[in-house]
This record gives sequence, C-alpha cells and structure tokens, in this order.
Amino acid sequence: MSETESLESERPVADPSRRRLLLAGTSAVGAVGVAAAAWPFLASLRPSQRALVVGAPVEVFIGNLEPGQIVRVQWRGSTIGILRRTESMLAQLEGLAPRLRDPDSSVADQQPEYARNLHRSIRPEYLVLNMHCTHLGCVPSIFPEVGPQPFDANWRGGFFCGCHRSTFDLAGRVFSGVPAGRNLLIPPHSFVDDEHVIIGVDPEGAV
Amino acid sequence: MAKSANPVARSVNAVDEWVNERAGVKDFYKKHLSEYWAPKNFNIWYFFGSLSMLVLVNQLLTGIFLTMHYKPDAELAFASVEYIMRDVEWGWLIRYMHSTGASLFFVVVYLHMFRALLYGSYKKPRELVWILGVAIFLVLMAISFMGYVLPWGQMSFWGAQVIISLFGAVPVIGPDLIEWIRGDFLVADATLTRFFALHVVALPMVLLLLVVLHLAALHEVGSNNPDGVDIKAKKDANGKPLDGVAFHPYYTIKDIFGAGVFLLIAAFIVFFWPEGGGYFLKPDNFVEADPLVTPEHIPPVWYFTAFYAILQAVPNKLAGVILMGGAVLILFLVPWLDRSPVRSIRYRGWPSKIALTLFVITFIRLSMLGVSADANIMEIRFWSILYFAFFLLMPVWTSLESTKPVPERVTT
Repeated sequence: MSETESLESERPVADPSRRRLLLAGTSAVGAVGVAAAAWPFLASLRPSQRALVVGAPVEVFIGNLEPGQIVRVQWRGSTIGILRRTESMLAQLEGLAPRLRDPDSSVADQQPEYARNLHRSIRPEYLVLNMHCTHLGCVPSIFPEVGPQPFDANWRGGFFCGCHRSTFDLAGRVFSGVPAGRNLLIPPHSFVDDEHVIIGVDPEGAV
Repeated sequence: MAKSANPVARSVNAVDEWVNERAGVKDFYKKHLSEYWAPKNFNIWYFFGSLSMLVLVNQLLTGIFLTMHYKPDAELAFASVEYIMRDVEWGWLIRYMHSTGASLFFVVVYLHMFRALLYGSYKKPRELVWILGVAIFLVLMAISFMGYVLPWGQMSFWGAQVIISLFGAVPVIGPDLIEWIRGDFLVADATLTRFFALHVVALPMVLLLLVVLHLAALHEVGSNNPDGVDIKAKKDANGKPLDGVAFHPYYTIKDIFGAGVFLLIAAFIVFFWPEGGGYFLKPDNFVEADPLVTPEHIPPVWYFTAFYAILQAVPNKLAGVILMGGAVLILFLVPWLDRSPVRSIRYRGWPSKIALTLFVITFIRLSMLGVSADANIMEIRFWSILYFAFFLLMPVWTSLESTKPVPERVTT
C-alpha cells in the first residue's frame, strides 16, 4: 500500500448522476420513514379512547321543560343549553337583523346546515346551544325579558356575557359592536322523540 | 466561494456567518465530524456505539411521550399504564418501544463493552473513555431499575423491595438507610414518586452529561481500531492520519446502514415479541402491586441476572452485596489490570483469547443462573469465581503471554 494512494471514494466520481440518484432515493425513503415514525407520537396526543367515551353523545330528557325554561348539560366539556322558547321570544328574533353582525348565520362553522335558519334550530321552539362565548369562552347569562338593561337600553331578550360584555339574541346571534365576532355555536343534535334530544348526533340523513 | 445572487442563499449565508463567529459551529463540526479522523478499518463491532446513541434518543423520545399520560401515584400508576396500552392512540407502541428499548439498550451496550475488551480500547490513552463508559453503564442500571418500578406491577413492587433491601446490608445504618430510600416503612407511594423524579429528570440529565463527556474524551484521543494501531503515528503532509477517514461522510453513512438493520430487528421485536418471552416484561408485572402477596419467584430483568447470581454466591448478606457491587465496580480497574503491551486480541497470545472466551461464557452462564428459580448454588459459586478470576488474574496472563508484533499500519 503506497503512502500517497487515496481512497477510491476520494477520487472524482465517474458517474455523478448515479450518486445523485442514490442520495435522493435514500433521502426520500428516509423522509418517509421519519414521517411514519412521527405519526404515532403526534397521534398519541389526540383525545384518547377514554376522552372519546367521555365525549360521547349525551341524551337529554326535555319532556318537563316549560316554555321559557333553559336546561344546561355538559357535552365534551362544554356547557350546552337547551332553551324552550316561547312564541313571544321567537317573535323578537324578527327585525333584529340590522343590529346583528351575522343575522343569516352565514358563517358555516357556527351551526350545522340543518340549524341554519332564522331560529337556528331544528324545531323553532327548542334552541340547543353551546353556551360558551365565541370571544374567550366564558358562559353568558340569559336575560330573557324585553326591557332596558344596563348593557343595552333597547334589550329584546338574549344572552349577556359578563366577562367582556358581548351580547347575543335568543337564537345565539351576536350583536354588532361587541367583542365576540361570531354567533354562538350550535352543536350537532337531533330529536330521538318528542321528549328526548341527543347532543352530538346529527339527524338521520343530514349532512 | 462567489457571492450568490440568490437573496435567500445570501441571507442563509449571512446567518450562518453570524452564528459561526459567535459559537464556532464550524470548528465544532470539523473537530467532531468532517475532520474527525477515524481509522478506516472499523468492523461490525464499531456499530454499537452509535446504536446506543440511537437507543438513547428512542428512550428519551418515547419516555417524554409516556410521561404525558403516566400518573406517578401508587393509586393510579398501574391503571395509567393500562390506559396507555388500551386508550391512548398508539400508546401501546410507544410503551413497547420504551420497554423493549431498555432491553436493547443493554444489548448494544454489552456488545459495545465487549468490543472494548476485544480490541483493548480501554488501554492508554483511552482509560478515561472507558471510565466514563462504565459510569454510563452504572447510571443506566439505576435508570432501568427505577423505570421498572414505575408501572407498579407485582414485579415492580417486589423487585424494588428486594433491591432496596440490599442496602440493609450496610452495617449500623442499614435499617435507617432503607427507610430513608423508601421514604416509608415499605415500598410505597413516596418511593414511586421519588423514583419517577430520578428516572425521568435527574438521571437522564446525568446520563446525557456522561455521554457528552464520553464522546469528548474519545474525540480528544481518537478512536481505537481492530488492530489497536495508533493511526496518529503516521500522518500525511496536512496532518491527516494516513489510515484515517473523515467520520462524516464515511462513518455516518456506515452507521446509518447499521441503524437501518438494527431498527429492522428492533421493529420486529416491538411488533411481534414485545414481552421478550417474559425476559423483557415479566408476566407478574401485568398484575397490580400488592404488598400482601409476594410472587413465587422474583428474578430481575435479564440484563441484571448475572450480577444477581453473584449476589447469591455467598451465604452472607453483606458479603453478597459487596461481591455484586464489586462485580460491576471492578470494571473501572480494567485499564490497569491489563498489562499487555498490545491492545488488540489479534496480536495477543492464546491466554488472552481463552480468558476472554471463558469470560463471555461465564457472563452468559451467570445470567442464566440468575434468572433460574432452582439454580445450583455450587454452580453459581464456580462461575462467580471465574468471573472475578478473569479480572484479578488479568495482570498475570497479560504480562506473561507472548504477543505478536503489531504492524505499523492498519490491515485491510
């Protein structure tokens, strides 16, 4: 072995394209391997089976809900309100449009397609509402009566968030000029029968 | 290099320059990778250093993700591990990667240590590399023992009970020492939480520091090789050893290949044989810890069984503990016990070859005896004596045997 002899791999490459192909191929296979290995780790951070079970649909008995009454339940850690609206409450929804930011529920994410109507519900009477304010997640209080309020002289009934003074009407639609930018969220829900509503399950055939 | 017209490339270069002027990244890169001259004759035994780094990364990564779901609480620990296995998406895979990784860690580390014995990698000037390596081995033993306690199964509990009781052999302060280690009158929640802190935070930091020092010490003196030839003795005009090649790209590419083969085997075990036939995860550990029921047989995990067998060799608790501790600590002395003028087994006489072969057989046989419920005590004593004889007689045969002349340059 001569002292000056260089390693074969230190000499100029005879066919550089071959080396480029091997490098690119190895890198590509390696990248796929890294991505595949990363997947279980990232997926492990998603809600576990236990969390999913806790987040399963909730069936609520509404047979004893009086007109004007609201019942609150927990679904996936959120407070869900079921409000049985009176005829006069529903009547107030009309004519509020000029004061609302999104009167026609045009932001698609805020309600399922089947609740995209004036009363934002399947049956006009029953409003099923995720009660958390779309501003920073507080739970607004309900002020159902029509009449002047400290936060609104011309109050027509609705929800008021004590945290940052956002206001919503009795269909959860946000008023203009308040911190919240979107209508309250309508969760997927459906009626099992006249006395039971299930939260977390769309009506059959709904998209 | 001409200035690039590409503004992106220019700003990348500028950032590169900025960082380099302040942190010396390029010097670091050269010293440890592109101009770290490694002997060109590395063989298959030289994979296990980089593989143990790979397993270390695996343990850190999977460990961090397990910590996100695990509950260090005697009431909740066992259920939280079952929760990881059943309810967390891919949790079973992450846990098996961690538990199997622990066993594979010892496989690669034992092979790595055997390589050092084979080629005399601990001999001058690499004594410190070896000492730091043995320290890593010690920390690894502590980490794996404490990690084994965390699932809070029957083997976790009773294994901890047995191992902590060993400290009771210390004269005078023994009983108080045990109580202090446990933090209670029995292995309990207090023990679990402190083992958790040590396993997850304190010892891994010590381990990482030792790994950095191990590599720093190695790169200061340079790697040994299967011929035990000092490649720094023959350099070219630029100061590059004639028998050296740049670690990057030559050995990075080689190590990636080794990692690929290793991962293939590791993946097979993780997917098809995660309990290792009861040697990686004991069946008893799938039963929750119960201080009122002792399992019939409490063997440690396979990588401790050789030392566990030595513990049983003498019918005296303190002497047994001293022997077991000595069996590990004697490794520190190997660089000075070996009086041979040559490093590699290739140029040593037949006594060295026989001794090393016998030592491997001894270690394997002791490991088998340590796991057995009805091992013959005389056989344990026989192999224990051979274990210590390997070390204690090393000065004798290494100075008496005749060695072959070591070539000036590495072969093949």
